[in-house]
Amino acid sequence: MGQITLENVQKSFGPVHIIKGADLDIADRSFVVFVGPSGCGKTTLLRLIAGLEDVSGGKILIDGKNVVDVPPAKRGLSMVFQSYALYPHMSVRGNIAFGLKMAGLSRAEISKKVEEAAATLNLTPYLDRKPRELSGGQRQRVAIGRAIVREPKAFLFDEPLSNLDAALRVQMRLEVTRLQKQLGTTAIYVTHDQVEAMTMADKIVVLNAGKIEQYGSPLELYEKPANLFVAGFIGSPKMNFMTGDVAARYGAATIGVRPEHLKIARNGEGWPGTILVAEHLGSDTFIYVDAGPIGTLTARHVGELDLGSGDRVMLSAEPVRVHRFDQSGQALRA
Amino acid sequence: MARMASTRRVAISSLAAWLAGFLIFFPILWMVLASFKTELEAFAIPPSFLFFHWTTENYATVQERSDYLHHALNSIIVAGGSTLIALLIAIPAAWSMAFSPTKRTKDVLLWMLSTKMMPPVGVLVPIYLIYRDFALLDSRAGLVFILCLGNLPIVIWMLFTYFKEIPKDILEAARMDGATIGRELIYVLTPMAVPGIASTLLLNLILAWNEAFWTLNLSTLNAAPLTVFIASYSSPEGLFWAKLSAASTLAIAPILVLGWFSQRQLVRGLTFGAVK
Repeated sequence: MGQITLENVQKSFGPVHIIKGADLDIADRSFVVFVGPSGCGKTTLLRLIAGLEDVSGGKILIDGKNVVDVPPAKRGLSMVFQSYALYPHMSVRGNIAFGLKMAGLSRAEISKKVEEAAATLNLTPYLDRKPRELSGGQRQRVAIGRAIVREPKAFLFDEPLSNLDAALRVQMRLEVTRLQKQLGTTAIYVTHDQVEAMTMADKIVVLNAGKIEQYGSPLELYEKPANLFVAGFIGSPKMNFMTGDVAARYGAATIGVRPEHLKIARNGEGWPGTILVAEHLGSDTFIYVDAGPIGTLTARHVGELDLGSGDRVMLSAEPVRVHRFDQSGQALRA
Repeated sequence: MARMASTRRVAISSLAAWLAGFLIFFPILWMVLASFKTELEAFAIPPSFLFFHWTTENYATVQERSDYLHHALNSIIVAGGSTLIALLIAIPAAWSMAFSPTKRTKDVLLWMLSTKMMPPVGVLVPIYLIYRDFALLDSRAGLVFILCLGNLPIVIWMLFTYFKEIPKDILEAARMDGATIGRELIYVLTPMAVPGIASTLLLNLILAWNEAFWTLNLSTLNAAPLTVFIASYSSPEGLFWAKLSAASTLAIAPILVLGWFSQRQLVRGLTFGAVK
């Protein structure tokens, strides 16, 4: 079991409030991603759950039991660090076995579990090597091996892939997701990369300035962002925002339309503009349009589009694709 | 072309390095050579470099006139004892400053270092008087105590910079892995800190072995280490260069051998943290 509940969790360092009261319910076996810009408190929140930082207020429940006064070692969680944090003086085997040794398992049991974990992660040939003799991807796998071997209630990942190159990152992303599903262990994963968040998560927590902005499935966040921040943070390229008369026509203070939902036409109804730059990627075409008083709009067209810089276009959006926000930035639902 | 230029550059810099090394080493070499000369040859002008009458009579005289082993034993006890006690105090001190620093940690460190900026002679009289009253003059315990205190700032600083280099993540990983503070110390921290502790130990041993100011002023015979043994050959009746050299050679030999075999540790200790 690995159900984690946060009740009004707060953290301040001196006068600075890093986490301003977080409430969260993480279901057993789910993969939850904390995402947000740097400095939003996502890593702090993870460290609070791990027990590496003490809460300033609120409760953290693991399987219904409040653990705020329980030391990290006793919470039954395991963590994968951004820096891998392998023990440099121990072999891969020693690294993976360390937690089991601390738990007082017999030598035979430890050996069996380490072999199993190594096989799962394709680390068997490297068991007797030291961390410094491994590549980045292999070190990362050792760190994951160390986490899974203890059969924890939940895995905590702190930006584990950010030190890997792009290709390896995509591969490890798949491996981590597959492994989590296979083991059926709850996972909390911190990242600033929204693509990682969207692709890996069952549910995403969007954090901003120490506050949970929205908690929901990737598609919920994409289709029904709760406020301007989430709307702008999720999705790439960023959502177009329009204010003033254009928004007022929809009965909102601000409206937002995602670039992929803007229809591009040479004439007809819509917001007129001039193409500043057109990016032809083959699979997609991105155009950046100067729409006069509305501002610059980005539009995405699937496939090739025979338009270039200086061309006049009309951009329009289906009413259902228009996100409406009130004065305070909260989403208006029809 | 580029290859030739770089070969030449390597040759020039090796030559410069050898030259610098020789310059630094020369006084020691000269001392060793002088110890094998007769008193007359030792200060002959022009000096003879290698072609002189080699003799070991100075060593025999030195042995006869004073008890080398007695002083050597004192040196070992004083240097070793002060180093061990300094480490026992410094390890927990550096540890807590590195891993749970407070607002004042930097100030404490600087204050400790500032005590090394004062010339020792400034406190010689009070310390001499205290030692006299506590009957610590010419005692091994007294020397161990003063050398330990004298080197403590440096030992703490060295260990502090070492411990600082140990990534906090690794300690947290151990904590997540279920290690208690005690086991974290035994299985993770200590093995990672051993090279640092070893080079601190070596350096402090050398500093304590060579310390002359306090040992000369606070001891005469009973507790006198090798520094006093050397100094005794610079007498009011005049200098005996050859015998002085023989005594010095005998005095530095043990520490030179130790330094030779541990040079890798020493260099690492002195440059640690400079390059990642």
